[in-house]
Amino acid sequence: MSSHTLSVRLENKPGALARVSQLFSRRGYNIQSLAVGPTERADISRLTLRVDCSEHSLEQIEKQIHKLVNVLRVTELTHDNSVERELALVTVAVGPERRADLVSLALAAGARVADIGRDAITLEVVGRPEEIEALEELVRPFGVRELVRTGRVGVRRPSSTNQQPKGSNGRDRHVR
Amino acid sequence: MKMLGSDAILRCLEAEGVDVAFGIPGGAILPTYDAIARGTTVRHVLARHEQGAGHMAEGYARASGKVGVAIATSGPGATNLVTAIADAWMDSTPLVCITGQVRSNLIGTDAFQEIDITGISMPIVKHSWLVQEVDELPGVMRAAFHVARTGRQGPVLVDIAKDVQEAAIDFAYPDDVDLPGWKPPTRVHRRQVAEAARAIAAAQRPVIYAGGGVLNGDACAELRALVEEADLPAVVTLMGKGALPDSHPLNYGHPGMHGSKYANWALNKADLIVAVGTRFDDRVTGKLSAFAPGAKVVHFDIDAAEVGKIRHAEIPVVGPLKLALAELTRAVRVAGRPAHDAWLKQVEEWRQQFPYRYSRAGSMLKPQTAIEAARDLAASRDEDVIWTTGVGQHQMWAMQYLECDKPRSFVTSGGLGTMGYGIPAAIGAKAARPDATVVCIDGDGCFQMTCQELATAALERLPIVVVLINNGWLGMVRQWQEMFYDERFSETHLTHQVPDYAQLAEAYGGAGFTVHDEDELEPALEAAFACGRTAVIDVHCDPEEKCFPMVPAGAASVDTLEAPEEAVA
Repeated sequence: MSSHTLSVRLENKPGALARVSQLFSRRGYNIQSLAVGPTERADISRLTLRVDCSEHSLEQIEKQIHKLVNVLRVTELTHDNSVERELALVTVAVGPERRADLVSLALAAGARVADIGRDAITLEVVGRPEEIEALEELVRPFGVRELVRTGRVGVRRPSSTNQQPKGSNGRDRHVR
Repeated sequence: MKMLGSDAILRCLEAEGVDVAFGIPGGAILPTYDAIARGTTVRHVLARHEQGAGHMAEGYARASGKVGVAIATSGPGATNLVTAIADAWMDSTPLVCITGQVRSNLIGTDAFQEIDITGISMPIVKHSWLVQEVDELPGVMRAAFHVARTGRQGPVLVDIAKDVQEAAIDFAYPDDVDLPGWKPPTRVHRRQVAEAARAIAAAQRPVIYAGGGVLNGDACAELRALVEEADLPAVVTLMGKGALPDSHPLNYGHPGMHGSKYANWALNKADLIVAVGTRFDDRVTGKLSAFAPGAKVVHFDIDAAEVGKIRHAEIPVVGPLKLALAELTRAVRVAGRPAHDAWLKQVEEWRQQFPYRYSRAGSMLKPQTAIEAARDLAASRDEDVIWTTGVGQHQMWAMQYLECDKPRSFVTSGGLGTMGYGIPAAIGAKAARPDATVVCIDGDGCFQMTCQELATAALERLPIVVVLINNGWLGMVRQWQEMFYDERFSETHLTHQVPDYAQLAEAYGGAGFTVHDEDELEPALEAAFACGRTAVIDVHCDPEEKCFPMVPAGAASVDTLEAPEEAVA
């Protein structure tokens, strides 16, 4: 078992997202994170899915997603060939006496202050998933009241020259 | 041309070449039924339950190779279709299901007879559409038929709001579909095919394992040519029955849980399995880790997701089977036949050694005797016979003892195992092939799940013959209770007597016959086949007869159990 990121381009049609997500539960695969949003074209959405599964299951998932009528393309994003980012909002319980410590730590870690309350601060951070996790660890001792992550989104690096993984049918898996 | 949405639906069906549709009207689909009354070339067959309509559409599709059409209203009408949609999904039967939906402004309000049928059916359709704009209707209908029949065939659903049916449209049927994400394979990889041919040439114990995909892919002639060119023994699954003539000398019958020992042995002891349009179902493989341990696998399928799903394929070939098999036969001519004379001799020996067998001894008629009598009578007649079945022991005996030499002459529920499939599927098959005699081999449990459709058969003049293997029990469940649950026959006794099936047949406008012993069998069958009406032959059979051979659940299929000696003595 290992984690994989799949990028799915799909038609922006009613129910299209539901068709992808029901396929995962139906076939017994667990989605770790899912982010969906518009793309450069209004009629196309992009889904970035994070799943924990074996190589064999991953191939099955890709093939099953391919068969969905609304799906235009499925690509696996790997660490080497893609840029991946995530956004997190963290509300940290902190009174005036330790506020300055937290803020300077957060700024040093690349976060921004999104809101300040009497006894709490909300930080926002955008970065690679590891950076999000690092910030989370950093502020945890202060007392994390709430944390929300968008789930990762990704695109292939224009600079990447890696070949796409091949499917068992001998063709590029992402080509329909 | 200006018309209403409801009329447009029928013009779409006509444009798709639909000659028969099966359904039941209701509130949300009323405008479309009004359009049927206004006139159409589509014959509408009025079912008595939407599940019946769905299975009729399936029977029609399987007997004809065309897309079946079922129509129902919203809410309960739509949910009653679900079993048939699931059945079509599991067996890759092309179906377009049209359901009425409540008015657009009521969708989402839990209105009377509103149900989210596109949501409910999502895991069991290739695709579905909810139509809320009348202008989308022609494009959606065009796409629905296209998706149902291309690639791996299967069911689609079109849910149409009532106000869309009532709205005016300037109708034109589109020439093309706009489905940028739907591109099923249309070609095969030549290099892969050549590799498959080399594997065949190099094999010592090759076997073809053919399934329902051969029928769906219209590749029966190509399969036969391949089998003959390379002199390959073939086993054919339940869903593939008829794809290669049962009487063909290289057809080694059906593998699986109730298949023959020789077919299971041919598969399990092979060094090369050429799987064609089949999916290594658990009912065929038995315990997967023990299945065909020494075999290399070549897997031909139109659906890439089936290749490697259950069993790794050393040589995957994705594409249309008709093309792929023709290409493979050509490649085999180049690569040459395998040197497999010893293997051919071996599988033939197994066939002689382990035939299907049962004992006729005992006071009650054996189910197999009834099926053999129906088979022999059918063979003696001039017309084509199409068989349908329910699900259970009688289905497995039908698979074992019927002889189907033509494609699309055996219609059964394989993947879903839907009890009650036989009668409505027979009616659908009769609508597709009025020239053929359609015979349903049914069980008494199955019969009672869909027998209301006998009224449809009688009134729509779609006569079918039902050979009812009445053993008074839910026989297959009883068999498992006897063998694996210490003979605790929990809730499986139905009785031979209630209902009186012959009287029930007459009540539904058909002819009824009751058979208790072998002497009555032939005359009753002959009278039923000849009467030209829907007929039910209620054959009282031995409830203790078990279906053998059998691969117990969880066992390796190579360990096929034969009927115990005392049972066939």
